[in-house]
Amino acid sequence: MVNSGTEHTVKAFDTDINELRGMVAEIGGRSEQAIAKAMRALEKHDLKLAAQVVEEDKLIDELEKRIDDLTFQTIALRAPMADDLRELIATFKISGVVERIGDYAKNIAKRVPVIASTHKLGPASLLPSMSNVASELVRDSLEAFARRDADLALEVSERDQVVDDFYTSIFRSVITYMIENPKDIGEAAHLLFIAKNLERIGDHATNVAEMVYFAAKGEPMPERDRGENPTDLLEE
Amino acid sequence: MTELIDSNSSIESPNMTASTAPAISAGDGPLKMTTRNVDVFYGDKQAIKDVSIDVTMDNVTAFIGPSGCGKSTFLRCMNRMNDTIPIARVTGEITLEGEDIYAPDMDVVQLRARVGMVFQKPNPFPKSIYDNIAYGPRIHGLANSKDELDNIVETSLQRAGLWGEVQDRLQDSGTALSGGQQQRLCIARAIAVDPEVILMDEPCSALDPIATAKIEELIHELRGKYAIVIVTHNMQQAARVSQRTAFFHLGTLVEYGVTSEIFTNPTEERTRDYITGRYG
Repeated sequence: MVNSGTEHTVKAFDTDINELRGMVAEIGGRSEQAIAKAMRALEKHDLKLAAQVVEEDKLIDELEKRIDDLTFQTIALRAPMADDLRELIATFKISGVVERIGDYAKNIAKRVPVIASTHKLGPASLLPSMSNVASELVRDSLEAFARRDADLALEVSERDQVVDDFYTSIFRSVITYMIENPKDIGEAAHLLFIAKNLERIGDHATNVAEMVYFAAKGEPMPERDRGENPTDLLEE
Repeated sequence: MTELIDSNSSIESPNMTASTAPAISAGDGPLKMTTRNVDVFYGDKQAIKDVSIDVTMDNVTAFIGPSGCGKSTFLRCMNRMNDTIPIARVTGEITLEGEDIYAPDMDVVQLRARVGMVFQKPNPFPKSIYDNIAYGPRIHGLANSKDELDNIVETSLQRAGLWGEVQDRLQDSGTALSGGQQQRLCIARAIAVDPEVILMDEPCSALDPIATAKIEELIHELRGKYAIVIVTHNMQQAARVSQRTAFFHLGTLVEYGVTSEIFTNPTEERTRDYITGRYG
């Protein structure tokens, strides 16, 4: 039983916690937006939009710092216990993870100018679909945090497999493309990195989900059965 | 003391605790005291309802809960301090080393030497520091000579972390010491009769943070030498000094378990509401 909604006797504690929840929602929203914008910039080859993603990442970084400061302060001043403590620890970790998600989006945006020549994604045509799923995972993991929903968190963790499967598929087709078109290897490598970034975003969304599960239940999320590991492909 | 209550009684009994004694896991050390289905009545009013707890040597046990929850009443049952209240009636079973402490042939004075107590407000005798410590060993005949008594006084003060501060003024009045020193004097006085269990009823509530820290450090050092049970209003203190925590509410034992789990992931919603400051 977590967060029955009962307020704390000390109202200022609730004020701090609510402010933190608001900031987590905001950093989550900004990261999700960064992924969407970076991918749109990639598809449309929109250099201006790509530059905007890079610029806006600073806001995410600032937000992370503000969340960490307030979490630190709240732990020091309010000496939280039980689910309050778990939520604050989760908040502290989630802010770092979501900031990393923002970094991956920025990294995708930075590659947009380099993938100028083809104006299309070629062998990596699955990237937009992959990105949609990864974004959904980020959105749902933060929705799970807002609702203290361990079941949704578990579901996010399971759905990360879809992102991993996309990655495996893109990896295979890009490698095949490289073999057939050695002159385009540079550009294809960038596509591969973009796929890898999206795959990492999915993993980070899972990390958020694990934190949510812990905050809600007080125990670690059960390990999910992972499918084929994309890095295994290197051995083939 | 054989009157056991009906286990199907209407008493509010949360699932894991009240009627069955909580499991003591491996590594908890030998059992020192057990309580089973303890009820306490003040006249018609029931102050404790069906409480069963085990106390071990190796763990400090903390009792927490809001005012009036019965934690001090329950603590006072453990060395029969409630006997001094005429309308108080205790039923159920409390044992010390397997002996029923409410058995008719139990010597209560002897019991209170074996199960010592330290109170909220330091209460040294209006005597010298030396005599405060020597009093118990004298009446219990624990020392055969002046040297032996001196030795007990010194050892007790050392164990209570007070020796260095008072060794040059053992003849000064105990009441002339600071509050924190007086409380450590009271702990030394309890130690002097070589008890098995030390009960502490909010021992730091009248002390400043530094004196409190010294008592907490002392509790840490005494752990394992004596079974220690502490009642505290300060949850951070319970978290700091104990390895087992029992949460009392309205006379019932709501939850009893490993301290680190109680404070990070309590099982019962009432425990959670209390320790996170949502109570009431």
